[in-house]
Amino acid sequence: MTPDFEPITGRYLRCEIAGVPHRVYVEEAGSGIPLLCLHTAGSDGRQWRHLLNDEEVTRHFRVIAFDMPYHGKSNPPETWQGEEYRLTTKSYTDTIRAVSGALGLDRPVVMGCSIGGRIVLNLAIDHAAEFRALVGLEAADFQQPWYDTTWLHRPDVHGGEACAALVSGLIAPGGPDAARRETLWHYMQGGPGIFKGDLYFYRVDGDLRPRIGAIDTAICPLFLLTGEYDFSCSPDDTIRTAQSIAGAEVTVMERLGHFPMSENPAQFRSYILPVLEKIRHLEGETR
Amino acid sequence: MRKDEAAPAEDEVAQALARLPELADADLVRRGRFLTVACLFGTPSAPLHVTIEAGQVVEVLRGPVLMRSWRFAYRATPEAWAAFWEPVPRPGFHDLLALTKRGAATLEGDLQPFIANLQYFKDLLALPRGSFGKPVGRAA
Repeated sequence: MTPDFEPITGRYLRCEIAGVPHRVYVEEAGSGIPLLCLHTAGSDGRQWRHLLNDEEVTRHFRVIAFDMPYHGKSNPPETWQGEEYRLTTKSYTDTIRAVSGALGLDRPVVMGCSIGGRIVLNLAIDHAAEFRALVGLEAADFQQPWYDTTWLHRPDVHGGEACAALVSGLIAPGGPDAARRETLWHYMQGGPGIFKGDLYFYRVDGDLRPRIGAIDTAICPLFLLTGEYDFSCSPDDTIRTAQSIAGAEVTVMERLGHFPMSENPAQFRSYILPVLEKIRHLEGETR
Repeated sequence: MRKDEAAPAEDEVAQALARLPELADADLVRRGRFLTVACLFGTPSAPLHVTIEAGQVVEVLRGPVLMRSWRFAYRATPEAWAAFWEPVPRPGFHDLLALTKRGAATLEGDLQPFIANLQYFKDLLALPRGSFGKPVGRAA
C-alpha cells in the first residue's frame, strides 16, 4: 500500500540569525516563485498547511512556511538561558532575511499575517528591493491595544488556554468548526511567554506610523488583505495604513477574521488566488 | 440590533441572562468545574448578580442588592447585548472583548477569574444567541 502523504515536506534548517546559530523548522511544497509565509504571534507555520496543500498555488509557487525561533518545532537557540523572550522589529527582520538567505531564495514573495503583516510593512520600508512582492494579511502600521498582555504569562492563569480564548473572538463566526478549533489549538501549544513576547514587537517596538510613507510600491508591490471580523487589526486600520502608501492594494475579506489562512481556508482561497495570479504576472513573469 | 426595531429594554437583557442556568449544557459546566465566583453581568444601570459554583450557574439575581460583593463585572449597553446575541453577529459585535474595545461594554473588578476562564465566560454569555427577543417556554 502506498502511504497517503501530503505533498508538504518538513526539514530543519541550520542558519545563523544575528550571529547566533539556530535550528529552524521549515515546511515547503511546490516549485516556482518562492513564497515565504509568516505565521501570527504565538502560533506556528501549521497555519499555512492549506496553502501548502493547494495545487493551484504550488503549481506556480514554492510555498515555504517556517516556525519562528521559540515557536512550533523551532526550539530556542542553545544560547538561550531562560531570559524573557521579546521579539523586536530588528530581530524579526533579521530572522526573515536570515532564513530567506539560508534557503538561497531569489527575491521571494513574503506573505505574513498579523505580526507577520506588520513586519511585511517594515520589509517594504527598509528592504523592498530584496522582494518580488509583499502581502500583508491583517496588517497595519499601528493598532490600538485591546487587552493587557501580562495576562498571557502568569502562574495563576493557564497561558495556553488564555491565549486561545483571547484570540478566539478574532475568528469570524460561521466558519468551519474544525478549522476554528485547529487555529486555537496552535495557540494552546505555544511556549510560556512567547505570545506575549511576540506582542512586544506589536505593541511596544513596532509602531511604523512615522516611517510608513517611505514605502515605494514601484520597487516592490504591496497587497493588504484584512478580514472584516478582525477587531484587533480592523479593516479601518488597514485602510488608514494604505492611505499613506501610494499604490498599495487593499482588500477587505468577508466572513473572515484575524486568521484567514487557517480559520476558513476555502474563503481565504477566493481572495488570495487572484493576488497570487497578479504577482505571477509581475515583470512579465512566465513561470 | 436591527435598524427597524426599537432599542431593547434592559428588562429583556435581564430576562435573557436569567435563562443562563437552563441554557448551560454539561460540557460547559465541566469546563468551568474549577470555577466558583460571584460576578455581575448585564447593563450598566441594571446588572444582575450571578453566582457560579463549580461551573454551574446557581443563582441569577436582579439587583440592586445592598452590600452584595462581586469579583468582576461585565456590563454592556442593551443595544450591544442585542447585537451580540444576533444569530450571526455583525463585525465588532461578535465577541465580549470586541464590545469592550469599541466602548460598548466595560470590564471591572478583579479580572483573574474572568481571564482564567475566558472561553467559559465567552461561551456562557453567548448562550442567548439566536433566541434573544423571541418568546420562550410554552408560549413560543
